[in-house]
Amino acid sequence: MTRPVKLACRHVWKLYGPHPERLVGKSPSLDEIRASGHVGAVRDVSLNIGEGEIFVIMGLSGSGKSTLVRCLSRLIEPTAGEILYDGEDLLKASPARMIEIRRHHMGMVFQHFALLPHLTVLENVAFPLEVQGMARPAREARAREVIALVGLQGREGHYPRQLSGGQQQRVGIARSLAVEPDLWFLDEPFSALDPLIRREMQEEFLRIQKQLKKTIVFITHDFDEAIRLADHIAIMKDGAVVQVASPEELVLAPADDYVRAFTAHVSRAKVITLGRIAVPGVPADVAGTLPAEARVEAVAEQVVTAGRPFAVEREGAVIGHVTPQAVIDVLIGRGG
Amino acid sequence: MKTWPLIWAGLAVVALVLARAVAVPDGWLWPPQAMHLPLARWISAGMAWLTDSAAIGPVTVKDLTRGFARLIEAPYEAARVLLVEGITEGRGRRATTIVPPLSWVAVTVAAVALGHYARDIWLGLIAGALMLYLAVFGQWDSAMITLASIVIAVPLGVAGGLGLGIAALHWRPFERVLSPVLDLMQTVPTFAYLVPVLVLFGFGPVAALLATVIYAMPPMVRVTLVALRGVPPEIVDFANMAGCTPGQRMRKVMLPVALPDLMVGVNQVIMLSLNMVIIASMIGAGGLGADVLESLRRLNIGGGIEAGLAITALAVVLDRLGQALATRAGGGRGAKGNWLRRHPRTVLVLAVTLISAAAGYLIPAVQDWPKEWTVTTKGFWADLMQWINVNYYDQLEALRNWTLVNLLIPVKDFLLALPWPFVLGTVALAGWALGGWRLAALTGALGLFLAATGLWEQAMITLYLCGVSVLIAMCIGVPLGIWAASGETAGKVIGAVIDTLQTLPSFVYLIPVVMLFRVGDFSAMIAVVLYALVPAVRYTAHGLRSVPEELIEAGIVSGATRGQILRKIRLPMAVPMMLLGLNQTILLALSMLVITALVGTRDLGQEVYIALTKADVGRGLVAGLSVAAIAIIADRLIGAAAKGARERLEGGA
Repeated sequence: MTRPVKLACRHVWKLYGPHPERLVGKSPSLDEIRASGHVGAVRDVSLNIGEGEIFVIMGLSGSGKSTLVRCLSRLIEPTAGEILYDGEDLLKASPARMIEIRRHHMGMVFQHFALLPHLTVLENVAFPLEVQGMARPAREARAREVIALVGLQGREGHYPRQLSGGQQQRVGIARSLAVEPDLWFLDEPFSALDPLIRREMQEEFLRIQKQLKKTIVFITHDFDEAIRLADHIAIMKDGAVVQVASPEELVLAPADDYVRAFTAHVSRAKVITLGRIAVPGVPADVAGTLPAEARVEAVAEQVVTAGRPFAVEREGAVIGHVTPQAVIDVLIGRGG
Repeated sequence: MKTWPLIWAGLAVVALVLARAVAVPDGWLWPPQAMHLPLARWISAGMAWLTDSAAIGPVTVKDLTRGFARLIEAPYEAARVLLVEGITEGRGRRATTIVPPLSWVAVTVAAVALGHYARDIWLGLIAGALMLYLAVFGQWDSAMITLASIVIAVPLGVAGGLGLGIAALHWRPFERVLSPVLDLMQTVPTFAYLVPVLVLFGFGPVAALLATVIYAMPPMVRVTLVALRGVPPEIVDFANMAGCTPGQRMRKVMLPVALPDLMVGVNQVIMLSLNMVIIASMIGAGGLGADVLESLRRLNIGGGIEAGLAITALAVVLDRLGQALATRAGGGRGAKGNWLRRHPRTVLVLAVTLISAAAGYLIPAVQDWPKEWTVTTKGFWADLMQWINVNYYDQLEALRNWTLVNLLIPVKDFLLALPWPFVLGTVALAGWALGGWRLAALTGALGLFLAATGLWEQAMITLYLCGVSVLIAMCIGVPLGIWAASGETAGKVIGAVIDTLQTLPSFVYLIPVVMLFRVGDFSAMIAVVLYALVPAVRYTAHGLRSVPEELIEAGIVSGATRGQILRKIRLPMAVPMMLLGLNQTILLALSMLVITALVGTRDLGQEVYIALTKADVGRGLVAGLSVAAIAIIADRLIGAAAKGARERLEGGA
């Protein structure tokens, strides 16, 4: 299950204040930073983001998650640290190289959509290609493709203000995908949407990702959203990463009380996978085979209705089985 | 804080005693000669050095300014050829026109088309009707001279403002230098600009044009900064993430996104340019302003009113078109298809221009509005004035005399009888009470500057005229504002009236006043009140309207009557906004005071005006800076008071 690392950061700091450079060499504690009149927006963050995974950075407002993602994309210059994209340190890249990387390898979706009000949907989506100097017919053809991908055919001539919030964010998604980036940043993309639309957009997002398999850095303050989408979650507090883990590990083994407070109310069935509750051996009367990565909630009805155990397999090999009883135990919060 | 009212009351008593009963010894009433700094001489000497011998390498400043003037002259000449003169051969009376300027038909159709493009056909018709008015009433040629200046000044002002704004945005130190300069430029009265420009560029339309550009540019710089800073940070982030170069980011993202806000600045540049082009007629801009000036000098009432109305018509056209364009910016684009299909109005205007030019050779009436069709109202206005003066002379004279004897002269005598250290101390004390020692130091220092200029008497006269005018403007403006906020219809009517008042160049206010009350302080006061009334009304109405609906509802639920709601909820909540209105009123009053020098006041404005007629840079700038010092003192004191009031309200909420 280990993937090659696409994007990594090493000891990234972002301090605001009178003399951030002087302070950062001392690896100051939170109290030291505050006492010296600085603000520690990002403190000593190191992460590995694997190719093709959805990596969620989760934190409450003011925890530094937005600053961190802007450091990763170098929209904000970190005070110290390394940002490694395919092994290349972005902080050492020249402005021209940075423009080159952003034009061809990065895409970003914004919380408030950041659509250009004076351009149509088609022109908005084609904008990143226009900036590269692509000719009009080619860029418009490509823009139409991604507009179709997000289901907005027929709206190409509309202006952003004529669209609903959900539709506007679809435009934002299409625009960020127009250049076929391999790194896709999403900064709280669904936070400004109504709950029903948000749900729908999450489904849509998962559908697109299944098709495209981008490396994704996804920011959210919504823990439910994080566990729904993430392969890995980094939880941030006061600018530092508290824990990096899969949703399942977070729930089962929270690193501290802060993480525990988030996970306490989460339904176990939403995060626990069959691989976790499978027991070795395969009985003769199995009703079928299920993947180990499947979450209990997703298959509960199937297993309980069948009334018989299911074999569990990972990467083609059977690793054991689950019984309806084990599934019910997880559902009602017993054991697990 | 409770002791302040007592202190102020005590100071007032002391002031009265000082003014009435005590013989103030020499040197205490007005700052002694020994204190005066020869600022005017220094500035004049510096200016002389600058024009005569200063050089950057082999290029003298004189060459530089002349070269710069020529740079502006070329497009200005082109605009004049297009609108006023046409291409001619020969000189003087024997000149024959080869290519005529744009005919009145073409310009009127262009105005209609622009109105239609900016909003709808109704705006087009209004614009066209007002242009037609200019033709019918024989103001066409002067109006086109004025328009030619504006057509050149506005793009220059907008481009310059954009450039400076963008530079300040990217380069913090530059902004830190620019910001106080802009502050000062907005408080130094318009006439004061004219003097150095006159010396550097000589008398004539180009100097006038430059003064106009310099005067109209500061708001554009500010609007540019605010508009570009107002671009959402996410959009800037997006531009970077899309891989924009810095140039692409500005051209393709920032400027288009900020366009609706930028257009507000463009509209301001248009209106300020018009105002200044009229004033700059004093250094040879020509056009409608020169007509007004001439009429004022010769007390030719009819001519003055006609030219004034023409300025009003032009101002209304420019303002409404500018506003409509600002609203339109950010809207979608028009039809698709080839160039002809996409630009039907441009095609129409070009066609009319060519056809009318051709037809003009056959039928001269198409080219120039025929003289015999011209309607003149000069006689009517002269008769009207005569009638008023014959029938109401006693009443008008009584009003004038009563105000002079009971209000103006006593206040003037009182202020002139105060010893200068007392005034200075009071100003510093007010600064301390409202904003702490920093403000006290600032107001004290500015007061000391006034004392050192040797213009103390003129400064006190300025203070008196400005003070009385502002008081009256507030007494009229606040009730009007309350009325405007009280209902939909009243708001609309008053809004329309003050919108129009605000578009009028300050010159125009002088005309009716001089007709009715001749020259003197009383006329000056009325002109100032009329001009400075607008912000008093506007800010009061805005402050009252923006009281949160919840608070009004809370009042109604508590059983408050309408009067109680107004007195106990709306007015107290509106105080900070009304103080801002007072601030604006004072600034406008000061800027108008300088113009009322034309009707014979004896204040700092007169000082500037005299300097202008003598091209005395030092004298003009010192007097101008003195007005600016008074304006800054008033601005900072009231600003601090407004801030305090706001904090008290919000702290209590």
